[in-house]
Amino acid sequence: MWGRRRGAGPGGGAEELRARRREREAALRKARREQQLVSKRLLREDEAERGQDGAERAVLDPVLQGEVSELLRGVQRGSEDRRGWLRRLRRALQSKETQQEFVRLDGAVRTLVGLFTCSLPDVQLEAARCLHELSHSSDAAVAEACVPVTSYLLTYLSGHSIELMELCLYTLGNLVVESEVVRKKLLPQGIIPVLASCIQSPHEAVLEGLGYVLSQLLQAKEAPAEIIPLVLDSVLPQHMLRLVCSGLKFGTGAAVEFAWCLHYIVYDVLFCSHTANVELMSLGAVPALTSLLCDIASEISPSDSEGLELLICPVLRCLGNLLAEETGREAQPQDERLLVALFIIMHCYLQQHPFLIPESLWLLNNLTDEPFFCSALLSMDLLPALLQLLPHSQTVSTLVLTVLCNIAEKGPAYCQQLHQQAALPLLLHVLVVPDPEVVGQCLELLHLLFLHWPQVAADFVKQGGHQTLEQHQSTPELQERVRVLLEMALQPLGASAFSSSSTALSTFSQMT
Amino acid sequence: MPLSVLRRRLRGHPPLPPVPPPARALPRPPFAFSPRRLRLGPRHPLFEDGDVQRHLYLREALTGRAEEAERPRVSEFCCHISGCSQVFDTLEGYEHHYNTLHRSVCSFCRRSFPSGHLLDIHISEWHDSLFQIMAEKQNMYKCLVEGCAEKFKSSKDRKDHLVTVHLYPADFRFDRPKKVKSGAKHVSCPTEYDGSMLMDVSVETSEQLQADHMEVVPSESMEVPQPTASTSGPEKRLYKSSWQRDACTLSLSHLRCQRGPSNRNLTPLFVHGVTVIPGSAKDPIHNLLWTGCHPRI
Repeated sequence: MWGRRRGAGPGGGAEELRARRREREAALRKARREQQLVSKRLLREDEAERGQDGAERAVLDPVLQGEVSELLRGVQRGSEDRRGWLRRLRRALQSKETQQEFVRLDGAVRTLVGLFTCSLPDVQLEAARCLHELSHSSDAAVAEACVPVTSYLLTYLSGHSIELMELCLYTLGNLVVESEVVRKKLLPQGIIPVLASCIQSPHEAVLEGLGYVLSQLLQAKEAPAEIIPLVLDSVLPQHMLRLVCSGLKFGTGAAVEFAWCLHYIVYDVLFCSHTANVELMSLGAVPALTSLLCDIASEISPSDSEGLELLICPVLRCLGNLLAEETGREAQPQDERLLVALFIIMHCYLQQHPFLIPESLWLLNNLTDEPFFCSALLSMDLLPALLQLLPHSQTVSTLVLTVLCNIAEKGPAYCQQLHQQAALPLLLHVLVVPDPEVVGQCLELLHLLFLHWPQVAADFVKQGGHQTLEQHQSTPELQERVRVLLEMALQPLGASAFSSSSTALSTFSQMT
Repeated sequence: MPLSVLRRRLRGHPPLPPVPPPARALPRPPFAFSPRRLRLGPRHPLFEDGDVQRHLYLREALTGRAEEAERPRVSEFCCHISGCSQVFDTLEGYEHHYNTLHRSVCSFCRRSFPSGHLLDIHISEWHDSLFQIMAEKQNMYKCLVEGCAEKFKSSKDRKDHLVTVHLYPADFRFDRPKKVKSGAKHVSCPTEYDGSMLMDVSVETSEQLQADHMEVVPSESMEVPQPTASTSGPEKRLYKSSWQRDACTLSLSHLRCQRGPSNRNLTPLFVHGVTVIPGSAKDPIHNLLWTGCHPRI
């Protein structure tokens, strides 16, 4: 798996790095909320130019206007040192302003394209690197200026040089995410068939780049209408699944990219386009991804889990959505190992990558819709691990309570188990949390418990739960439910036993 | 539950008590809960944190390849293709050179091509006399785009198709029609020749660039012996006077002699020497309308 850029040099302490990372995360969150989240990959950043903060690109002073022209002339003219000129140009093109200026110069892109397609391998590679820098620009106009190179990028993808193909793939991926104009060119130029050929390459570097391009293509706004159908029609889906599932042993970088691709496809196929979801299921996606998660879970530990979280995340999402769907239920092998794998994953990543917890719990919610998984959870003694997550965060609490509700809803035997395994004291703690949504979900759970297993109500009162409940009587979204619960809890024991058995009777009569 | 116990569960499973499936009771107001499978789209708020991590990774990921200056150096070695004296001190450098210049090489005219696909098309259109004969009766010129099955009567029709349907540039470098040679051995249909298409895409620059583009010169440092040196030359290289005869002495399996299947995965590092055939004595530039390197020995 490819590593992350680390902070270069002694420029900042660990605390400073963490603070900067949090800033970047906050900026990304904001961009996502505004639907503006776009990221690109960059190959081969020069160590020396990275600057103190390892992860941010050093902001180079933009080259002066005359200098850009001079660089262009040097590149056009100097055949003895063309490579040198191209290297200088590439460095200059790291600055946004220079990128913009360069593409505005007459004949500039044309020159680069000519050098990119010339017969001198070294020159070709340097020109390709310059084009790659241009592709990294956040200015859509720069991406559009690169349109003349697209047919050649595809041509070389059918070629043989791994280094060149890798550059072409990442350049394409960057251009594709930036500009719809570029995408509108690439689709008729045959990008999907070319990628479908490339995916049979054995070279990891090529596969990872390929996954990257696809992941960017599949997020385009026109993807459901124009791109996903083409992808589904090709051999891409079966190879993507294969490469994701072999990602634990080799090609983890590629597996990560294709897993994200699958995530983008699954949701659209299942719930938006209503097309060909049968094909995805017939590929055996559910059992294959389930096996993958189990394999991962048997390898990781809390001290050694780094690097797989970005593979696990999209796989969880694929499974979550696949299992939310009708044919998913039928295809779902009732495999309780998936349950175990989920709990191991949550346990291992709780400290380092807590973002996996809510996503795992969402999948758990979809699983515990089925009684099979509720029984499995209880009989495999996984309840304590679930309860431990209760105090984690608002989202996590709500999800845990939802899963508990799924279990409780199954009936008396389940509620009995919940009670025996000491859920109640923890629920009492949840009742004092200053969050109406969490408390509301807790009330739903209490209702189910009181309904199916009256002993819970009795113990609830014994432990002073009714007093805690009374605190919420004035909260608008909670008051109705609080009132009913208080009635249920404070009924004399005989009457409550009677009322619950009559409830059971009425449930029974609904069944017959 | 300890991790080790959980892991054991992954391998085997204990028998579960059978539980009858309960009927789904309707929720009773004011309570609203009912188990629901949730489907979440890529933009759902629950996925925000995961997406942020994904994007941080995209922005920060290093590649597996070292910067050129950091690559492991090996002791210098020469490209083993006879006639090419390019020297390398990294394996990556050699791989790119070899794959670009020597991989998809036409054994008839020694031009090299960016891909096996284009080489196959070239061979059938330039060196297969049967093609020319069949082209009189049916559409033989294949579309260059992989995945498109269209065929055309002439290379001009094909070009029009590439431009209008596939949005290719009108001056696409890898689609130039064959010029009819005077005294050509092969019978060929006169193809339309558009002089403007000869123009080098790389512009108003020097003829130096044009020369670089057209000729082989695999590297600037390569010695370029005169084309007439068929009887003399460095002892290291073998020359023959006529290329026709020696077309069949090529021993490298990865060079195209026939329209064989492409073998992309083969990246031989060490290759046998091959008897190289010099081009015609005339300056090949004017005859060379397909791109690629025309080895001049």
